[in-house]
Amino acid sequence: MLSKKQARAFFLIGTLVTFLAFIALTVYSLGESQDQSHAENISPSVVRGKNLWDSNNCMGCHTLFGEGGYYAPELTKVIDRRGKGYIKAILMSPVPWEPNGRKMVAYKFTNEQADDLINFFEWIGHVDLNGFDRVVSPLAKDKINN
Amino acid sequence: MKYKSQKVAYWFFALSMLLFTLQLVYGFIMGFAHAGMDGLHQWIPFNTAKAVHLNLLVVWLLSGFMGAAYYIIPEEAQRELVSVKLAYVQLISLALVGVAAIVGFHMNIWEGRKFLEIPRPLDFLVVVNVLLFLGIILLTLFKGKRQTTTALVLSMGLFFAALLYLPGMLPFDSQVLDSFFRWWVVHLWVEGVWELIMGGILSFLLIKLTGVDREVIEKWLYVIVGLTFLSGVLGTGHHYYYIGVNKIWLIVGGIFSALEPLAFLAMALFAVNMYRKGEKKHPNKLALYWTLGAAIVSFVGAGLLGFAHTLPQTNLYTHGTLVTAMHGHLAFWGAYAMIVLAIISYSLPNMTGRKRYDSSLGRMAFWFSNIGIIGMTVAFGVAGVAQVYMERKMKIPFMEVQQEIEVHFWVLIICATLFSTGITMYIIDFIKHGQPTDEALESN
Repeated sequence: MLSKKQARAFFLIGTLVTFLAFIALTVYSLGESQDQSHAENISPSVVRGKNLWDSNNCMGCHTLFGEGGYYAPELTKVIDRRGKGYIKAILMSPVPWEPNGRKMVAYKFTNEQADDLINFFEWIGHVDLNGFDRVVSPLAKDKINN
Repeated sequence: MKYKSQKVAYWFFALSMLLFTLQLVYGFIMGFAHAGMDGLHQWIPFNTAKAVHLNLLVVWLLSGFMGAAYYIIPEEAQRELVSVKLAYVQLISLALVGVAAIVGFHMNIWEGRKFLEIPRPLDFLVVVNVLLFLGIILLTLFKGKRQTTTALVLSMGLFFAALLYLPGMLPFDSQVLDSFFRWWVVHLWVEGVWELIMGGILSFLLIKLTGVDREVIEKWLYVIVGLTFLSGVLGTGHHYYYIGVNKIWLIVGGIFSALEPLAFLAMALFAVNMYRKGEKKHPNKLALYWTLGAAIVSFVGAGLLGFAHTLPQTNLYTHGTLVTAMHGHLAFWGAYAMIVLAIISYSLPNMTGRKRYDSSLGRMAFWFSNIGIIGMTVAFGVAGVAQVYMERKMKIPFMEVQQEIEVHFWVLIICATLFSTGITMYIIDFIKHGQPTDEALESN
């Protein structure tokens, strides 16, 4: 029968081994050669866009890479889906946007801020998401079937 | 022999109950908004309600864990807390940081990262607060007459929870890296170190309630927390399937997160077996209800419902839908909310001297809240599955799908009303216990 000492050894060794494996996998998958995000395209404008995304808690309603609130549309492929002009109009709208009756806060972004956010979405849209990007983008329906 | 300083725990539990109540209010705001009634949008838009709902959950659970530690550690270490005054300072500062964060969320001041919305300057205050808490707990433990496995596992859980808050404070320019390290906090908390805290509290309660030998209970505690880490650490990979990192996580995350239910199954079997094995039947029936309930519901909510959408092939379609909300609600309830309610139910009569061990109000609180949350889980599940099919398979646009599934949010609201009735009863029972006294603690 298992003793307390053996149970403790199982806990300590198991934890140590899995933590080390986790760290090793993290280092491997975040290495430059494994980059799937096109990190070289993260321009100052993309970073400003990300900061706007964070500081207005857009994730509280929308999702990006499938993460966030489930109240408003997924925005991973939003540029492909809607085009820049439409998105810019929403971002700069002085009144709350109300698609199908569900309201979005009127953030009244400036022209530059809207461009930064669009550049951020454009960078996001090119990240390789291991197939998820095709599932969340209605435009990709035909690509999936092929 | 009980310790007078244990009564600090009461005030942490009281703060928990207050924040829990507020969390429910914001949950209703979100439920109504999903059902098409967003009349409060101008003052409390959805993203504010969501940030408040999530952060209140985290803070009330942490306050409950801290209260549990202030109650358990003196008894396990067999000495008073090293400083009661500092514990009260820590309580007040925790409440202030929580209130400041929530007020900020209403003024568009936040970090905008799910579960970690508290802005960075406040993060530093959180760190100071938690360091103070850990200082009091660890000093008490190591100055104590004994260091039990239960106390060590609980303290280790609290220590690593604090340590793992730090990766969430790192700034990144890349959304991919930001998301990657956000999960170091969120996943490794709820599917890792928080389970140590849960295990520690569960072990303490089982020792007290069943009378089974400490050595037996603590041996199995090691096995359970061992299984938790063995599956949960590499199981973090299930959050990395589709965020823009290497495909290796599809394999690693898939395999190890499929093992995650085992830890919860072990915990449920452990709790039920210890109860059956125990010869001492403690009169505090309500504490027993909540303790066994936590072990069983966490297996269903965190284990089974987590497994339902954790495999990469399934998650490809369910990721980012209400299916996640289905799993999240029952998992947090079973694993963490119920264990906090269990330790409160156990300790309250000991601290106040009012032995409301088996009140009908308390029993109704248990059943109303559990039936209510199961109904909520089903409502989220039906809405989620319908969303997946319409949006991800049939490619119907997001907002059209949302209108189709509005009806499920009315079911959700009805079930949430039942749930909230149960919680209200629990809080009334809490208040009826009165306040803690030295005499009550000494007479135990």
